[in-house]
Formats: sequence, C-alpha cells, structure tokens
Amino acid sequence: MGSVTHNLFRSIFRGGAAGNGPNQQPSAARVNRRSSGLNEFSKSIAGLEGLCILDLGCTSAPNISRLTGMGHKVCTEDLLDAALDPLLLVTGADGKRTVDVARFLRESLKYQGQKFDAVLAWDVPDYLPEPLVKPVVERLCALMKPGGILLAFFHTRDAGPDAPHCRYHIAGNDMLQLQATPRDGPAVFRLQRVFNNRHIENLFREFASLKFFLARDNVREVIVVR
Amino acid sequence: MWKSRKEDEIPASTPSVFNPKEVRPVETPKPVNEFRSEVAHIGKSVLVKGELSGSEDLYLDGEVEGSVELRGHNLTVGPHGRVRAHIRAKEVMVHGKVDGNINADRVELKKSAIHVGNIVTQRVIIEEGAFFKGSIDVQREQKPEPKPAVTVAAVSSSPAASTSAPLGQASLLEPKR
Repeated sequence: MGSVTHNLFRSIFRGGAAGNGPNQQPSAARVNRRSSGLNEFSKSIAGLEGLCILDLGCTSAPNISRLTGMGHKVCTEDLLDAALDPLLLVTGADGKRTVDVARFLRESLKYQGQKFDAVLAWDVPDYLPEPLVKPVVERLCALMKPGGILLAFFHTRDAGPDAPHCRYHIAGNDMLQLQATPRDGPAVFRLQRVFNNRHIENLFREFASLKFFLARDNVREVIVVR
Repeated sequence: MWKSRKEDEIPASTPSVFNPKEVRPVETPKPVNEFRSEVAHIGKSVLVKGELSGSEDLYLDGEVEGSVELRGHNLTVGPHGRVRAHIRAKEVMVHGKVDGNINADRVELKKSAIHVGNIVTQRVIIEEGAFFKGSIDVQREQKPEPKPAVTVAAVSSSPAASTSAPLGQASLLEPKR
C-alpha cells in the first residue's frame, strides 16, 4: 500500500508513469492531475452549446466524447504529427535543412470559413519546429472568433531528453489525464525550447489578454483570449 | 444386496428405440466464409472508381475512389481498405484508411484506422491509436414525437371542439346511436 502511494506521488509530481510494471506498456500509463487552466477553459464554455472547438493534440477519444457530448462541434488536427512530415523539409538558402512553412500552412490548419470559439493547443508550441511557431499562432489568431479562448501549456524548464511528451485527455472540468507518448513509437517529439513569460506575451501579442497559471510539474498553463 | 443391477444399466453403445417424433433436424456445419453470402465483400485487390451504392451490408477491403452510399446498411472498411470517397451509410466501421467525409448514424474508428475528413453522426467511437483529422458533428437522435392521444380524448369529451376535428376522425368520435 505504501509503495503504491509512493509511486502515485512520484508519478504526479515528477511526471513519471504510475505502476510501470514489466508487463505494462509505458504508453498505456495515464496519470491524473488537476489543471487550473483547464478549469478556466471549462468554465468559459460551460452552459454553452454548439461551439466550434479545435483540438491540436494527438487524437483523443475522451476529448472528442466529452466535447461532443456537451453539444459542441470538435475539429481535431494533430499538428505535431503534421510538422514532423519529412516531406516538409527543404534546403534553405544557407544550405541548412529547414521546414517549408508555406507548404505546412497550405496543408494544415485550413478551415475555409470556419471560426473557432475555443482552441486546445496543449503544449504544441513547445514542440513545434522554430520556423513554424509564429506562423501557426498567427493562423490560430485568424481562425478564432473574437472573444474565443485558447488553452496552451509551456514548460518552465528544460528537463532535457528525459522530458516525456504527453498526450492530454480531459478527465473532468479541472482534471487532466496525461499519457506519455512511447519513445519507441513512430514519432518522437523533443522539447524544442523553453518560453519565458515575455516570450509568451510576444507570441500572443495579437490576442486580447493572457492569464497564467503555474502548475506543479514545471508547466505554465496559459489561457489566451482572442 | 448392495450389488448394482447390471440389467438396469443401459450401455452407451445400445441403440435407442427409434422414435420419429424425437428426431431433431441435423444441423449442417456452416461454411467458413458464409458471411460473404450475407455481406457483400470487396477484396483487397479490387479497385473501384465511381459511385458505389447498394442495399446490403458491405465489407470493403479494397480501394474505392468516388462515393459510397449504403442507405440503411452498414459499411466496414477492412484493414487493407483504402477509401477516397464520401461515405453515407447506417453504420460505418473503419479499420483501414478513409479520406473523405462520413455521414452515418454510428461511426467507429478502430485502432488501426486513419481517417481524414469530417464526420456527421449520432454516435462516434474512436479507439485509442486511431488517427483522425477533421471535424466531428454529433447530431442528436431525433425521437419520434408521441401521438397526441390526449388531444383526441379532449376532443371527444367536448362537443364544441369536435367541430374542429378532422373529418376522417369525426365519424369515429361520434357516439353510437
């Protein structure tokens, strides 16, 4: 019993996976944690129906079930998966390999005539290749309705290659379920940078307001209003 | 005294008395691929271009480009299925790849499914591991409205209201003389 409690605390506060036995896949482990940002997000869409919500994380059945169950229309687009497409890589003027931003924007985040009331960006900006970050945020700004809300997570420190990339599943109004992406999977996501508060404010300067929440697991949660 | 009476025991090999009333019909074993006779099947080497429509369930493990319309019937896209088409069916289950919109009462994306397109449905199930890019619009089931039985009772009890009743029902509501 004691070891179970110890493992639970370790998994919640240090970002490890709970109960990783030899027979369990690391990807299957899910850890619950409270999220003030999600709580704020839930409050802002509570009581409303028929909203258009964009989820930029990995395809998550719980998120889709929950949001569609509330009567909202959900669009999902795994932006990181799209950004890792090797076909996007081109050789720049300096001879270095870089991402073809124009092509990425032609193929991703294209919703003609569609405006979103809410966007779940999770920690996608932390993992996007550098050339894509600003154009993606600008595109999101164009896709959102005035007054629309965006939830994003930013790491507060670089935990190095050991920092697991997580999939985020909504488990309650203020409860998130974190699922570490398998490192031997088809796509390996590496933390690209650490934004500080000033960087985040600059990134979303076209938006109306930002609200920061500091979480315990070295993550800063941000609610951005268009 | 305690010895069992062997003559009461019926050996297993003893043939029972033939009674035609007790004869049960012999069940013939079902063929392995019997489901093919119940569900139309498109194999993995088949490529269809154009409009695919039908009035029976379909298992699609091949490639289809165009549109698939199975009104009132189910479509299963097998693990080798590659569909680049808009799909309209009663229920759609995807194991393979679909590039196009799905309009069905129930949509199920299995863990091996890759779907790029929009879904309009009443119920959606997405297994972990499935890839989905697009929008999901869940429309609530339209329950049939209950018949206005109370109205009929009220009409029959009030003579003034009976004048506004439809002519076809008026004769039924009139008291027998």
